[in-house]
Amino acid sequence: MKNPNGENKKIKILWLSGISCYGNIHSFFNYPHMEVFLEDFEFIYHPVLDSTFSLKEIVNETKECNILLIDGAISDDFHRADVNIKDIINRYATSVNRIVTVGTCATFGGIFKYSDFQSPRGLHFCGDELQTDFLHLRNKTISISGCPIQPEVLVNTLYEIKNQTDIKLDTFLRPKEYYAYTVHNGCTRNEYFEYKVDGHKFGELEGCLFYDHGCQAPYTAGSCNKILWNEQNSKTRSGSPCFGCTEYTFPKMSLYDTKKNMGIPQNLPLGVPKRAYLTIAGVTKAFSIQRLEKKLIDD
Amino acid sequence: MEKKVTKKEQIIQAALELFAYKGFYSTTIPDIASSLKMSVGNMYNYFKSKDILAKEIIKYISIYLGNELKKINEEQISTKEKTKKIVTMYFNIASSRPEMIDYFLRVYLSNREVFKDGCEGMACVSEFVTEIMIFFEEGVQKGELKEQDFFSAFGLFMGYLGGMVFLNGEKILPNELTYYIDDISNNIYNALKK
Ligand code: SF4
Ligand code: SF4
Repeated sequence: MKNPNGENKKIKILWLSGISCYGNIHSFFNYPHMEVFLEDFEFIYHPVLDSTFSLKEIVNETKECNILLIDGAISDDFHRADVNIKDIINRYATSVNRIVTVGTCATFGGIFKYSDFQSPRGLHFCGDELQTDFLHLRNKTISISGCPIQPEVLVNTLYEIKNQTDIKLDTFLRPKEYYAYTVHNGCTRNEYFEYKVDGHKFGELEGCLFYDHGCQAPYTAGSCNKILWNEQNSKTRSGSPCFGCTEYTFPKMSLYDTKKNMGIPQNLPLGVPKRAYLTIAGVTKAFSIQRLEKKLIDD
Repeated sequence: MEKKVTKKEQIIQAALELFAYKGFYSTTIPDIASSLKMSVGNMYNYFKSKDILAKEIIKYISIYLGNELKKINEEQISTKEKTKKIVTMYFNIASSRPEMIDYFLRVYLSNREVFKDGCEGMACVSEFVTEIMIFFEEGVQKGELKEQDFFSAFGLFMGYLGGMVFLNGEKILPNELTYYIDDISNNIYNALKK
């Protein structure tokens, strides 16, 4: 967007926090190219960053704004500066071009759907149940789920909005570009998964964390192993199971445990029929591949 | 092509019977060839060695039993009823095609060295074991069977069935195998149920 003088006009963003732990804000601060970002975007309000207006001004007047970011869950009885969050959303919803739900709480209710607030939920979904009160905003909304959000996914999406890119979304309104993969895709442990070599200790380089340690990556949509965190690493690469934080099912109970029935995982990787999985698993488990059974780096 | 497949099956069936009754080492390729009125040279066109034939036979049995089990698994009935159907199916096969179960017990389980390359773990019996896994997994998921280690359940189920077929083969059982179906399926179900 350029102003009549041909200069780059900054895109105005309002970061509105609902019921939130501010984890998304902290995560966003880890975006490695923040200076560049702030040359192109301006926060008319942000809960932590210096911004143009105060919260009071934002909630009582309608300021000019292009994108509304909602972080945190929504509830009928949650207020910001004494104004009901739903009223604030409705006030800005009509004038902004796009609404982005930042994080799993704003998208699906996340961890706060178990809180004591009145009907806590995401903007359009509570778990996978479609909510109706903001239905008229669906066409404007993009969901960036994650607990917390991956900063690059948020920033790249904001740039796509700025550039008016046609963003393809999945059924939960998440950009397919980042959520059409599973987190399992790109994990450095895929070979261990294939040959059913389990990891036994967190933090080690060897072994897959699916069978014993509750890794949710085979049914979790996200780019964690494609776009690395802090440009460095991911949970599964470092030896921690994925918690499935981008999904409507999050948070699942007993994060480090794989639910099994007679030793057979109850949930199988997306799209894999149980019979086929068991046949392949039974056969591959029989291989004894020394390369995969010993330490990658000897002491 | 068609003809070759059927010939292969004929060889498998003839070898299966000979191996099951005469033992793996006492049966030679010429024995199998002559029981089929085939030349030894022609036999080798189908199977390069006795070991390869032995592995093909166990796969054939596993697919056969696996298919029978799959049909039962896909029925919309309780785990208790399925247990009885599996026991019945197994005993029926032990009576109508005894060489199949005998081969499993007397050749596959007793001559491990023959199967060590190429039939590691469940590689040659996966169709059958997969269906047993599905039977257990669904039973637990439906809340009918208790959660336990797969192999304890598998050993209990198959060990019991195999043991009965063995006793029957040794002519120790006072009654026909089918006489025991109700008791055995109840015992198995009671041991596995929640
Ligand atoms: S650790 Fe998780 S993501 Fe990695 S291969 Fe195993 S199941 Fe997939
Ligand atoms: S690895 Fe899994 S739990 Fe971790 S951030 Fe990615 S999606 Fe969330």
